[in-house]
Amino acid sequence: MSKANLLDRRQVVSTLLANRKDVVAIGGLGASTNDMCAAGDHARNFYLWGGMGGAAMIGLGLALAQPKLPVLVITGDGEMLMGLGSLATIGLQKPANLSIAVLDNEAYGETGGQTSHTSAAADLVGVAKACGIKDSQSITTMAEVEAFAKAVHDVSAGPRFANMKIDSASLERILPTRDGTYIVNRIRSDLGFQPI
Amino acid sequence: MHAHADAADTAPNWPDDIFATLQRFDVRQVPYVPDAGHSKLIQRVLSSSTMRGIPLTTEEEGVALLAGAWAGGQRGVLLMQSSGVGNCINMLSLIPILRFPFLTLVTMRGEWGEFNPWQVPMGSTTQGVFELSGVQVLRASNAAEVPAVLEAAASQAYNALTPTAVLLSQRLIGAKVFTK
Repeated sequence: MSKANLLDRRQVVSTLLANRKDVVAIGGLGASTNDMCAAGDHARNFYLWGGMGGAAMIGLGLALAQPKLPVLVITGDGEMLMGLGSLATIGLQKPANLSIAVLDNEAYGETGGQTSHTSAAADLVGVAKACGIKDSQSITTMAEVEAFAKAVHDVSAGPRFANMKIDSASLERILPTRDGTYIVNRIRSDLGFQPI
Repeated sequence: MHAHADAADTAPNWPDDIFATLQRFDVRQVPYVPDAGHSKLIQRVLSSSTMRGIPLTTEEEGVALLAGAWAGGQRGVLLMQSSGVGNCINMLSLIPILRFPFLTLVTMRGEWGEFNPWQVPMGSTTQGVFELSGVQVLRASNAAEVPAVLEAAASQAYNALTPTAVLLSQRLIGAKVFTK
């Protein structure tokens, strides 16, 4: 069911990645990783097809290893809910180059649209703030998405967190590669690392 | 407190041996869930200028963190106790899929004079869980063998991308006892 005034997930992700420059982007398991692919495949896209709850932590490991690079995690409300503790871990480490964008459709879209905890009770922005991520906001307009996309490039002012309420409509699946080794080695290669 | 079963092992220098090996292998990120058996090593890591100690809320976070660290060009090691291994199971699936170097050092509970029955079920299945998940298991049972075991584990984990867990046995760290 669609509600009025909700953001279009593909438009949000396209905007987040439009002028990405050197951004490394991690897509959480589910539609978020497909949205990243729909915005255009890229050597610095880290697509997840599993490891639910791990997207933010992969982002943290990357951000700590590459403190000058902007690292952007794009994930869904269900995936973020499974890794809520990672917000506390990130709040403690405070990586200045890490940004997290949650595409919140208040549902588990891949499994039949069952409602998630954010539909009625859980406030992810409140959780992120309470975990020490001061720059945490709820985003409801494309102008705010554009501002967030710009802020991602400031690697001295993070970590930052944004929850974006999106339309829950199911869109055509645009599937990225499922080969994890390829995905990781492509990122490593683009960052200048040799194979072992 | 810890009561050491083997008198010869009472001087706990083995955490220093572990730290030296990790340093030599250029390990940079050290995610951990605290355990008494790891306390000296954690102290060494937190006061190191080359390693970053990263406290976790649950052990599976560390598996995902190490995947990201590797994508960004750094090696890491996950420190936990045997109870935490069960928390990691689904996230361990990232290791063969993404093929990043995985080394974990696990202090054992639930064996060798354990007083707490609640530790026994997970402690008894720790090795099996790792093996079913595709992680090779090495074990150090006394202080003298720690350097060689660590060297072997780090070599195969970082040079051959063989996912490896080192079980630091309760006989090594001492059975935990609470006395009134």
